[in-house]
Amino acid sequence: MAEAMHECKYNPGFMRDTLIPQVGIITDIRTETPDVKTFRVEAPNGGKLFEHMPGQCAMVCAPGVGEAMFSITSSPTNKLYQEFSIKRCGVLTEYLHSLKAGDEILVRGPYGNNFPVETELKGQNLLFIAGGIALAPLRSVINYCLDNRENYGQIDIVYGSRSADDLVQRKEIEEVWSKIPGVNVHLTIDRPQDGWDDHVGFVPSYLQELAFDTNRTAILCGPPIMIKFCLQGLKEMGFAMEQVYTTLELRMKCGVGKCGRCNIGTKYVCKDGPVFRFDQVDALPNEY
Amino acid sequence: MYKISKENLNALYAAIAGGNDLFLPVKNAGQTNFGLWTESADVDIDTLKTVKSAKDIFFPQSESLYQVRRQDGKLEIQGEALREKPFVVFGIRGCDVKGMEVLDKVFLSDPVDGYYAARRQMGTIVSLACGRPETSCFCKVFGVDCAEPAGDVVTWLVGDTLYWEAKTKKGEALTEKLGNLLEKADTADVEKEKEKIHAIVERLPYSNLSLEKWGAAAADQNFDSPLWEQLYSPCLACGTCTFVCPTCQCYDIKDYTTSSGVQRYRCWDSCMYSDFTMMAHGNNRTSQMQRFRQRFMHKLAYFPANNNGMFSCVGCGRCVDKCPSHLNIVKVIKAFEKEGQ
Repeated sequence: MAEAMHECKYNPGFMRDTLIPQVGIITDIRTETPDVKTFRVEAPNGGKLFEHMPGQCAMVCAPGVGEAMFSITSSPTNKLYQEFSIKRCGVLTEYLHSLKAGDEILVRGPYGNNFPVETELKGQNLLFIAGGIALAPLRSVINYCLDNRENYGQIDIVYGSRSADDLVQRKEIEEVWSKIPGVNVHLTIDRPQDGWDDHVGFVPSYLQELAFDTNRTAILCGPPIMIKFCLQGLKEMGFAMEQVYTTLELRMKCGVGKCGRCNIGTKYVCKDGPVFRFDQVDALPNEY
Repeated sequence: MYKISKENLNALYAAIAGGNDLFLPVKNAGQTNFGLWTESADVDIDTLKTVKSAKDIFFPQSESLYQVRRQDGKLEIQGEALREKPFVVFGIRGCDVKGMEVLDKVFLSDPVDGYYAARRQMGTIVSLACGRPETSCFCKVFGVDCAEPAGDVVTWLVGDTLYWEAKTKKGEALTEKLGNLLEKADTADVEKEKEKIHAIVERLPYSNLSLEKWGAAAADQNFDSPLWEQLYSPCLACGTCTFVCPTCQCYDIKDYTTSSGVQRYRCWDSCMYSDFTMMAHGNNRTSQMQRFRQRFMHKLAYFPANNNGMFSCVGCGRCVDKCPSHLNIVKVIKAFEKEGQ
C-alpha cells in the first residue's frame, strides 16, 4: 500500500484546469422577467466554451465578486453558444445583472451528470413540470428533445409562475414549443391578471386537473414546496418514483466533489447530481 | 537499516535541506508545528503531536489557484505554477501518514486535483514512530501501527539514536544522497522499541473502541438516531476540530483583490460553520446538530461507503485534545457503541 500511495501517477496536462476557468464573452442579454435575465456566452474567438449534456451545470464567476453554479439552459444541440438564465437574488447575481453585452466573465465546466436523454428517456412520452426560474434546467432537455423529435413520444410541458410577467422564455414557449406537433404546453399563473386568459392556479393543482396517465416519464423542477405537492399529486395519479426525475441544488464551490459543501449522504450533488430520480432522492438523508 | 546519533541530526537536516526543502516539526512561541528547516529553527521531534497535522504541506491552509488580470475590459487568467521542486517532510507520525492516504482518496480521485498531486509527486515522506503514544491516541482503532508507520522512509528514535529504514524508491533515493552520515545498523533495538510501543498502545484508554456501528451500513442507519440531539449540544461551532484534523478536506474558494487584479485562492473551511452550506435562496443545514452530525456521518459512514470501508478518521486524537467543549469523535463512537445494549 505504501508504494501505491507515494508513487501517485497523474496526467500533468489535465488536472489543474478543473478549478481554472475559461474567459467567456457575454454576447447577448435578454430580460426575461423583472428579476431574470438570460445571458448568452461564447468563447472569445466564437463558438461554445465546451460541450455539455442537458441538465449539466457550469460555474460562472465574476472575478472579485463571486462564483456560483448555474444550470446551462441552452441545449447542446445549439452549436453556437451557451445560455444561462439567472435570477437576481444575491451578490453575484446582482452583479451579473449589471453587465452588458461584450463584457467578459469566467466560466468553468461542465459539471455533474445529465438527464438520461439518450437512455431512459428515449422513446418515452415526457411530462415536464416547472415553476418559475426552474424552467432553466428543463429548457435544455426540452430543446434537446425537440431537436431530436423522432426519439421521443408526446411531450407535455406544465409551467407556472407567480404572474404572467414572471414566466421565463415566454417568447420561445409561445412561438416555438407550442407550435410543434405532439407538444402540449400548459401555462398557469398564481393569481388572475389582466390580459391573461390561460389557466390560473398553482402548478400542483393544475397538474391534478390535467390528470395525466402514467404512460410517461416526468421531469419535475421548482421551489421545494411546489416539488412536494407535485410529487404527492404524481403519486396519487399512480406514478412510480422511478418514473420521476428532478434536480437538487446545494451550495457548491469546487464542482468536482472535493470541497465538501454539497455532500449529502454518500452523494456529492455537483458530481453525482444534479439530476436524480425520486427513488434516489428518497434514499438520501432528509437534508436537501 | 541505518542509524545516526541524535546529536548529529542537525547535520542530517542540513544534508537533506541541501537539495530539497525540508519540513519538520519546529517549535515556535511554545507550539510545535511543521515548518521549513533553517539553521536557526528550533526543531522539536520529541513532542508527539504537532498542533496542526502535516496536511498543511500537501494541502495548505491557504493557497493561490490563479490570478486574473483585467486590461481594457479583457480578462486574462494566469494559473498558479504547480510544485516542481522536490521536498522532504521529516517526522510525520503514523496517523498523519494515514491521513495522507485518506486525502489521496479525495484529491487524487477523478478529476485529480493538480495542486495536491504535484506536491504528492514531489514530496518524500520520512515518518517517525511514536515512542510514547499518549492517552488521547487511538490510531490502532483505524488500523494504524504507530510503531511502524507507512512512509518513504520510516525512522525510530530509540534513546539517543535515530534508526532509518527506506521503504520505497523515493526513500532509497533520499537515503543514497545522505551518504556516510548514516551508518549501517542491526534491527535489534528497533524490534525492542516496537514491542515497547505496542505494549503502551494496548494500555491506552481508547485503543479498543468498537467501530461495529460504523462503516458503509451506518450511512442509512445512524442518521436519524436520537443520540445526535444529545451529543451535539456543547458544540460551539468553533471549527477547531476540523482545522487540526489530518483528514478534514473541506475547502472554500475566494477572491483577494490585488493592485493588478484578482487573486483566486482556496483555504480550509469547516462544515461546522453556519454559512458553509448557505445559498442565496436558503440553507440545507440550519442547526448545529445537523452540522455536527454531518461531520461524523461523513467521517464514519459516508466516506467508508465511498472508499471501500476506509474511515476518514485516523485516531490522532487532536480533536480530543483541542475541543474547548470536550466533544470529540471518541464520544460519538462510544455513544453509538452503547446504544441498544
